[in-house]
Amino acid sequence: MGKTLAEKVWDAHVVRKGEGEGANAQPDLLFIDLHLVHEVTSPQAFEGLRLAGRPLRRPDLTIATEDHNTPTMDIDKPIADLTSRTQIQTLRNNCKEFGVRLHSLGDAEQGIVHVVGPQLGLTQPGMTVVCGDSHTSTHGAFGALAMGIGTSEVEHVMATQTLSLKPFKTMAINVEGTLRPGVSAKDIILAVIAKIGTGGGQGYVLEYRGSAIRALSMDARMTICNMSIEAGARAGLVAPDQTTYEYMYGRPHAPQGEEWDAAVEYWNTLHTDDDATFDVEVDLDADTLEPFVTWGTNPGQGISLNEAVPFPGDFGDENAKLAAERALQYMGLEAGTPMKDIRVDTVFLGSCTNSRIEDLRAAADVIRGREKDPKVRMLVVPGSARVRLEAEAEGLDKVFKEFGAEWRFAGCSMCLGMNPDQLEPGERCASTSNRNFEGRQGKGGRTHLVSPVVAAATAVRGTLSSPSDLEPASVSASTTTDAA
Amino acid sequence: MEKFTTHTGIGVPLRQSNVDTDQIIPAVYLKRITRTGFEDALFSAWRKDASFILNQEPFNAGSVLVAGPDFGTGSSREHAVWALKDYGFKAVLSSRFADIFRGNSGKQGLLAAELAQDDIELIWKVLENAPGTEVKVDLVSKTVECGNVVAPFEIDDYTRWRLLEGLDDIGLTLQHEEDITAYEATRPSFKPKTLPARTQ
Repeated sequence: MGKTLAEKVWDAHVVRKGEGEGANAQPDLLFIDLHLVHEVTSPQAFEGLRLAGRPLRRPDLTIATEDHNTPTMDIDKPIADLTSRTQIQTLRNNCKEFGVRLHSLGDAEQGIVHVVGPQLGLTQPGMTVVCGDSHTSTHGAFGALAMGIGTSEVEHVMATQTLSLKPFKTMAINVEGTLRPGVSAKDIILAVIAKIGTGGGQGYVLEYRGSAIRALSMDARMTICNMSIEAGARAGLVAPDQTTYEYMYGRPHAPQGEEWDAAVEYWNTLHTDDDATFDVEVDLDADTLEPFVTWGTNPGQGISLNEAVPFPGDFGDENAKLAAERALQYMGLEAGTPMKDIRVDTVFLGSCTNSRIEDLRAAADVIRGREKDPKVRMLVVPGSARVRLEAEAEGLDKVFKEFGAEWRFAGCSMCLGMNPDQLEPGERCASTSNRNFEGRQGKGGRTHLVSPVVAAATAVRGTLSSPSDLEPASVSASTTTDAA
Repeated sequence: MEKFTTHTGIGVPLRQSNVDTDQIIPAVYLKRITRTGFEDALFSAWRKDASFILNQEPFNAGSVLVAGPDFGTGSSREHAVWALKDYGFKAVLSSRFADIFRGNSGKQGLLAAELAQDDIELIWKVLENAPGTEVKVDLVSKTVECGNVVAPFEIDDYTRWRLLEGLDDIGLTLQHEEDITAYEATRPSFKPKTLPARTQ
């Protein structure tokens, strides 16, 4: 019988098969091709190595960047928060001691670890990629088996370049059809999570398939794979194709010359065989999909932007009902309120989910020639210093600044508020990030997860909006229409 | 890692689903570079509310957390497990755990025991009707006892064995170092290395 893509990648990395069969089997020992490191989940792992007198086995398969704690303003000054500064300095010291390549704040390759890896060409099809960060699933967009790990596992990978893992079950997410204008990858994944729930993917590797997925760019595929963890799946992937190869070709660490040909020949084998079976299949219709938005405090609590805040009584399951009641209370929302009537204070465009160049372009296209609602604060935080440079070369920074948005330096920023970019208690935010948990973006802050174009349209109107809700843009030097 | 065979302690009913890791420990506490001392961080936002279960006696002295489904969703932060352990929890019972949280628990000697939701509901009732009731978690027999409730729980055999023996994962893996070296020798040359560094 054939194999799924995830099984192929798994099998190619088995160092040692676990003894036994079925549920009682020991885990397999898998080789790890790339270990991404950041300042938050690594200090205790480095310390563990030091205490045990163990070396870092493969510095040449390890790369570090500073992202969670880094400020997005005044990056030339010392980090004001002492504990943040200490954690960054600890990473610098550890990388120096263990010989790890590090891209520090101020470096052109610094940025969110999940933006940096693909952009350098270090993430490639068929690899195993890990990081002490649950959004490592992002790298699955290349057909890599990529997953978040805890700090004990970070130390394990540092010491052995392997991980002990029990095989996953497989789930196909079939997305067929064509997305309508204004509907994007973020809406697909929010709809998937709403459909299968935050626990629906637990124990599974997801494979996103179908014509709607094939039509997506790499940046968009990364958005989808990024949020696999919000459905409970540790990893999610997309089979590599011509779109993948075109993205990779010429990147600094992409194979070159004959190596490229050899790599492509291997990558072409990385797809689910026709006679392979998934443990579960889920279908989503792209044709009818609308912009999606969350109303609650977990990413599964989402609906179409055209709908209204749901009534807790509509949920059959008692736990879901209680969760909905609690969420509405925290979010300060009344059931039955149209989502588009909800006013926001802040719009955040950024995070490992939506901070790549295409995300910035899509948002800029919506706001170009339009005015920001004066009561709304908008933060634009590119995913990496390289994305920022690219955006500036295209003049996107000017579009955002003229609109009245704050153009910041790269990092995780307001996705989780480990740096000064946080919501105030009670503040409401339309955010392109990945988690709407209580207090995630700042104590008492309220988060609605949205796509970049919905974020941009919301900044114009001040209420949750899609681009189709906007009046035609006014004529300006930066538009090409000649309508009056 | 400390061995885990059985534990008996006060049960804490947490009637809530989707307790995510941002609730277990908010990101602001992740700036620390130590592996211990996170007891103050556990559920820190909720603990500001006087009616929160851990602010009530005798639950504040609890060591077995009995939570709703989908416990530990979200971030990979092992700090969530450290915070639970540092506070004094030895076991968490739930009908469904997030994968990464469950894995992290197993590495740190915190027992994540998966029970049927119906059994969780029965235990909640016992603990709410008679606060301070102790829960006995027996990893040898894979059962939980609380008042008149006796319920089986699930845990994979490998994690159970490691917990019972208190084994160090890295030590176990390094017994197979020859296999790792042999695998490395077969790795295709087109696969990328981070060093020497190449940039645009």
